[in-house]
Amino acid sequence: MTTKLLTALLLGTSILGSAGMGYAQDVTLNIESWRGDDLAIWKDKLIPAFEAKNPGIKVVFAPSAPTEYDAALGAKLAAGSAGDLITCRPFDKSLELFKKGNLADISTLPGMENFSDVAKAAWQTDDGKASFCVPMASVIHGFIYNKDAFDQLGIKVPTTNEEFYAALDKIKADGTYIPMAMGTKDLWEAATMGYQNIGPNYWKGEEGRLALIKGEQKLTDPQWVAPFAELAKWKPYLGDGFEAQTYPDSQNLFTLGRAAIYPAGSWEIALFNTQAQFKMGAFPPPVQKAGDTCYISDHTDIGMGLNAASKNADAAKTFLTWVASPDFATIYANALPGFFSLNNTPVKMEDPLAQEFVSWRDKCKPTIRSTYQILGRGTPNLENETWVESANVINGTVTPEAAAKKLQDGLDSWYKPAK
Amino acid sequence: MAAAPKRPFRWHIVVFLAPAVLVYTAIMILPLAGTLQLALFRNINQSQLFVGLDNFRTLFGDPNWSVGFWNALRNNVWFFIIHMVVQNPIGVLLAALLSSPRLRFSAFYRTAIFVPTILSFVIVGFAWKLILSPLWGVAPNLMDLVGLKSLFTPWLGKEQYALTTLSLISVWQFVGIPMMLIYAALLSIPDEVIEAAECDGVTGMSQFWKIKLPLILPSIGIISILTFVGNFNAFDLIYTAQGALAGPNYSTDILGTFLYRAFFGFQLQVGDPNMGAAIATMMFLIILGGVCVYLFLVQTRLRRYQF
Repeated sequence: MTTKLLTALLLGTSILGSAGMGYAQDVTLNIESWRGDDLAIWKDKLIPAFEAKNPGIKVVFAPSAPTEYDAALGAKLAAGSAGDLITCRPFDKSLELFKKGNLADISTLPGMENFSDVAKAAWQTDDGKASFCVPMASVIHGFIYNKDAFDQLGIKVPTTNEEFYAALDKIKADGTYIPMAMGTKDLWEAATMGYQNIGPNYWKGEEGRLALIKGEQKLTDPQWVAPFAELAKWKPYLGDGFEAQTYPDSQNLFTLGRAAIYPAGSWEIALFNTQAQFKMGAFPPPVQKAGDTCYISDHTDIGMGLNAASKNADAAKTFLTWVASPDFATIYANALPGFFSLNNTPVKMEDPLAQEFVSWRDKCKPTIRSTYQILGRGTPNLENETWVESANVINGTVTPEAAAKKLQDGLDSWYKPAK
Repeated sequence: MAAAPKRPFRWHIVVFLAPAVLVYTAIMILPLAGTLQLALFRNINQSQLFVGLDNFRTLFGDPNWSVGFWNALRNNVWFFIIHMVVQNPIGVLLAALLSSPRLRFSAFYRTAIFVPTILSFVIVGFAWKLILSPLWGVAPNLMDLVGLKSLFTPWLGKEQYALTTLSLISVWQFVGIPMMLIYAALLSIPDEVIEAAECDGVTGMSQFWKIKLPLILPSIGIISILTFVGNFNAFDLIYTAQGALAGPNYSTDILGTFLYRAFFGFQLQVGDPNMGAAIATMMFLIILGGVCVYLFLVQTRLRRYQF
């Protein structure tokens, strides 16, 4: 019996194997990626959709572990065995690959016109002249709130700072819920969900970010200190022992329904949808006073580029053009709620929370995190220092002004903007 | 005598030494030499250039590096002091209790106290993070039971307590090692010495202080040096409990985590193997210095007590 089964299996594989050979004249594209989590989405949804439209091109999604990706990719590129398509980390890691000649210049690729300058900024040379990856997705910052808690306490969704603190006061006075679920133990929560979340409203998004890169503004200017001053005010609204509260602690506090507001990144949506037993809503970072233009952090996170040494460059370009199309965006954004397409064409999404997040793009101006492009290069590292100082400010161990000064001093020590 | 036959070259010595020498050279001496060499180079325009002691000048002269280095060294010294003051006396005490012939279940206690030593740092780090968690930890509840809730603070999140807390966690984990070594030393004290002491009327506590303690001093010396080397190479516990940035505000940053961030980079910070090697070299020199002080100053005196 076993022998028969084995023979059948062997026969089966040999037939399948030769069937595969029958397609040998087809072009096969390999995708390098660190997103092992997305394997099923690529296999079941994205690749079949592409192959149906482009007969003759086969696509294989071959992810490696996130922590090993950069090293493994570097080794493969050096050995000439890397895949045709390369998933791009934002900013310097990909820029370095481009400078070494591993990524091809795709500025003129059909489909690149579907993206805004902010979206492309993560995968461009510093002067913005050459683009080397198609932007795939971004994450948006804001606040997710417990709708049931808000209804129960009769709180309206806050739009201005004043309303925001009024809501927090009300939740605190009631005592049923912890007003805000955030901890400072892991440091990055304070910087990413705090400083970079509310900051763009103060430094006016791209305007401030670019002025900082040009050296026209300093981190010690009032518009850059103000977000720190706001963070300092958050302390009384955080849970007991927030100094030792980790990121998973914060997530659990919120999804267990013990906290009312969660300073969030949109990547939480999928997890929160499966874990939270209550209705959730989201609101963008509140503006200073009613009527102000709002700014949101719409941070570019993942892209895809072309291996300059690829033997199937034409087929790979066809694929990249498809990645830049609204078709891809629709499938991708719906499969991964919270990772938003950067395509200019609006994507129809099913998830209400994701819809809410993405709707802010219509009324608010998007920007990316201030500490990433160019400024995230040197030592001391501005991004890492921002983590530490944001946590210090919330803990109350450092004043907002002192924190800003420390960051600016660190930046001054290595960054000399061209004037 | 003059015509003694020439002795053949003793090849077996070379042959028997070879495996150890080769393995030790390949996995210890070469990497060490490589690290020292790396510290003298710098990556300029994608090529490694010899820069002499420039990396060390940066490490001590540039406040962006030196502040971090001295902070890490200070923290590391405090980490070591806690171990010396808490871990080793407790180890001696436990060993003295265990070696008492009247103690029942001593094998059980010995094992139970030693078990944390063989646990992974990852488990220890996460277990204690959970125990001390202000949200779900058992520590706040336990303290509440005895009416000490007001003394509870989020220790791992406060600058002034975090390092001491972590040191004590490390003590908890490693107290089994001094205990075992001292226990073995206590057992090896000859009965004749003890009997002679008893004949002279030295019993109880004074027997421990006057007879046993001097005899186990060499073991305590060895333990101190092991603790010293272990502490100045420590990294894992801080990394698993506090992350590579050793928060809050670098208050738990020790040389190991400082080296890690410099060498491998962290998040957007790009790794700088040359500066990392310079820090590693400093760690090596610090440990070498400590061990030399022990060997030449302490151990020579300890020999007098040996018999």
